[in-house]
Amino acid sequence: MLKISQLHKSYPIGDSSLHVLKGIDLSVDAGEMVAIMGSSGSGKSTLLNIIGMLDEADSGDYILDEVPIKNLTEKKAAVYRNKFLGFIFQSFNLINYKNALENVALPLYYQGLKRKERQEKGKFHLEKVGLLDWAHHLPSELSGGQKQRVAIARALAANPKLLLADEPTGALDTTTSYEIMEFLQQLNDEGKTILIVTHEEDIAEMCKRIVRLRDGVIMEDKPVEQVRASQYV
Amino acid sequence: MFDIDLWREIFQSINKNRTRSLLSGFTVAFAILLFAILFGIANGLGNTLDEAFKDDAINNIVIWSGRTTKANKGLQAGRQIQFKNKDHDYIKEEFGDKVEFMTSRVMINVDASFRNEKSSYTVRAIHPDNLFIEQNKIKEGRYINQRDLNEKTKVVIIGRLVEEDLYTKTRALGKYINLNGIQYKVVGVFTDDGGDDEERMIYMPITTAQQIYGNNDYVDMMYLTYNPEMDYDTALSFSNLLTRKLKDRFSIAKNDQRGIRVQNNAEGAKAVNQMSFGLGIIILVIGFGTLIAGIVGISNIMIFIVKERTKEIGIRKALGAQPKQIISIILIESIIITAIAGYMGLLAGIGVLELATPTLETYFIKDPGVSNSLVIGATITLILAGTLAGYIPAKKASKIKPIVALRND
Repeated sequence: MLKISQLHKSYPIGDSSLHVLKGIDLSVDAGEMVAIMGSSGSGKSTLLNIIGMLDEADSGDYILDEVPIKNLTEKKAAVYRNKFLGFIFQSFNLINYKNALENVALPLYYQGLKRKERQEKGKFHLEKVGLLDWAHHLPSELSGGQKQRVAIARALAANPKLLLADEPTGALDTTTSYEIMEFLQQLNDEGKTILIVTHEEDIAEMCKRIVRLRDGVIMEDKPVEQVRASQYV
Repeated sequence: MFDIDLWREIFQSINKNRTRSLLSGFTVAFAILLFAILFGIANGLGNTLDEAFKDDAINNIVIWSGRTTKANKGLQAGRQIQFKNKDHDYIKEEFGDKVEFMTSRVMINVDASFRNEKSSYTVRAIHPDNLFIEQNKIKEGRYINQRDLNEKTKVVIIGRLVEEDLYTKTRALGKYINLNGIQYKVVGVFTDDGGDDEERMIYMPITTAQQIYGNNDYVDMMYLTYNPEMDYDTALSFSNLLTRKLKDRFSIAKNDQRGIRVQNNAEGAKAVNQMSFGLGIIILVIGFGTLIAGIVGISNIMIFIVKERTKEIGIRKALGAQPKQIISIILIESIIITAIAGYMGLLAGIGVLELATPTLETYFIKDPGVSNSLVIGATITLILAGTLAGYIPAKKASKIKPIVALRND
């Protein structure tokens, strides 16, 4: 599904540069649910951004679904992002002047779907996250948990091969966090491949595998006994 | 290709971000409004200038006689020069083609009455050519003609306001008017753009006046228009020659300024032309200045809008928007706002000018107005400038890495 080898990335800071990723090797199979952990500055978000084609690596190989991701034009990157990836952000990143349904349907617009089809699919995914009744509410009228569920519905709408979540529970309280995790687990049960960046141990333990990063290298990569979030909800 | 979804996106963005849309629209509307008003006022000033010379023909030459101030050819100074009919004929014969129209004049102040209405007026006794020199317009009836002169008929043409003053209950045409005790038949009523005084004039055949009021062939002054094909300089040398010949004819010293005076409108016309030219340059400067201010305004707003939407752009890119989709959504939005606002500014400008016209006339601004094509041209210029000003930051924004845009909180 996803194969990364010898990935390097550094950011220029003034005259010197900060070497953030120092040769990452990682492969993820379809259907996995992987937590990427590490303290802040460990490079976990950078790794996720490169996987999400939001950022580019300096060197190394990255193959996603048998497509090598390298030297992409902006246009191609846009097409791949739309086709392969669904993003979930800590700060939700909903467009504030669009209602829930319009936010969910936006990736479908960039897929070139017809309006009617977008509406149907958007509603379907909103129903899936249990927010169909809120379809016509603006993000400002939703709670944090609801916003994140809309974001998840949006990430799912384009039917991506890989869901990327950057601290999806970072802005939520514990109960809401577990609700979101429960939902992500359900999606994983249905076969979705999910990568979650987090620094919270309890969230990581709800995945099936934990990859620990420190100072730009993988310290540990082990499968874990998945803690079901449903028992807390 | 017409993409209804793109337009839906754009109208939603305009509609949901009303403050932003209104602010940018306001800038453009205001620039166009100012442009229209300033241009309109400048045009109004130009119209006033034109108007000032509308009273009489622009190629007018007036000849007065006076008292000589210098002795010449054995004649003493202080001699009164008196034009007569034969001087009129002399000029026509001597200069032929160079004279377009010509009339002599005798001026008489009269007390006029019709039934119980009385008032004082000036009578100008004239030749038929006066119609073209004064640029009178015949409202009713006819003008003085050659037959009137030949037969010395007792007829008059009266100004519109004379009719209004005296003929309160009836029409003047065909009625008689009493001038200093003598009855004249009103055969015509005229109007004149030269103002109320010109419309309180009474015209009669010059021969009639000469017989009744003096029984002589005296002429007070002579008016003529030079051939309009002459340019200013030729016209000036023509009037100089005319002056010289008349002075010769009356044995007046060449350097005597009073015996005969000739005033050529070409001198004034030249000055007016230069003034119009100067005004034209001022208009251009004002127009360009306003436009540049508008362009700077819309450019600033576009840069601000792109900045404000950076995060949204990042989200859209993360969801799979291609760079050109980002650019088009920003640009088309700005074009729509500019076009609509520009149109509103144009309507407002025309409306303001329309409302202010009566007031402005007091300040020598007549019929202020701008041609629609000019204002539409200005609006299109603003749209183009807005597009260009928006394109650069939009292009830049479309290249921002989504991660940078998303971090921008």
